[in-house]
Amino acid sequence: MSGFEVRRHDNGEVSILHLKGFLDAHTAPQFEKALHELVKENRVRIIVSMTDLDYISSAGLGVFMGFIEEIREKGGDIKLSSMSEKVYKVFDLLGFPSLYEIFDDESGALARFNETY
Amino acid sequence: MKKLKKNRFKIRFPSSTDNLEMIRDFIRKLALKAGFDEEGADHIALAVDEACTNVIKHAHEYNARRMMDINVRYTQRSFEVTITDTGKGFDPSHMPKPDLDKYMHEARKGGLGIHLMRTLMDEVKYSFNPGVKNQVTLVKYLKSEAG
Repeated sequence: MSGFEVRRHDNGEVSILHLKGFLDAHTAPQFEKALHELVKENRVRIIVSMTDLDYISSAGLGVFMGFIEEIREKGGDIKLSSMSEKVYKVFDLLGFPSLYEIFDDESGALARFNETY
Repeated sequence: MKKLKKNRFKIRFPSSTDNLEMIRDFIRKLALKAGFDEEGADHIALAVDEACTNVIKHAHEYNARRMMDINVRYTQRSFEVTITDTGKGFDPSHMPKPDLDKYMHEARKGGLGIHLMRTLMDEVKYSFNPGVKNQVTLVKYLKSEAG
């Protein structure tokens, strides 16, 4: 069992959440908690890095939907980076690329935050 | 896991999200054995995860003492998974495709799974008898992989 892990790394005003393992209905509350803590601290420039994410179901995608409006209203954004082709396919099937900016790597997402703010 | 006749399998799980990873592994391995490639097997496992998550959340309301049965049968042409529960019926068959803009504004988290199931599988069928037996059947054809 590989489970799921979310690690946070702050880089200036941007916070990066690294997701690892399997993000499904069982593990989505951990991801939700991590995003909730960032919003509570008013850290709303967020990159979700998925280099080590092996799997995502709609429960994981739903977490993004649950927070994005509030984060954008606060002047921030969630940018996505480093996802495998397999994980991208699930985002794509639900039309997420039209709602979220997706980058090949974290540095691209960081650069976009630096351009915008 | 119980092997019934040739290419027919049945497994029973407590209705808990704890078991989703094991269920995906079980389905994925059988789909590969049935002749799907890695991507096809991943898609079937994801669709079954979504169907089981709906049972756990909506039919059994996270009561892990309830059980769900997963039946798999496959032929050279198709792979069919039926998930049976005894909870209250939940009929999503008329749910429209989710409007993501609306979802975003309402901070809605549910309903995306139904759309994924429909997109990933060739057929999604429901039958209901609330409190007695509800079933969702997911079918994927092997020929659709070639085409």
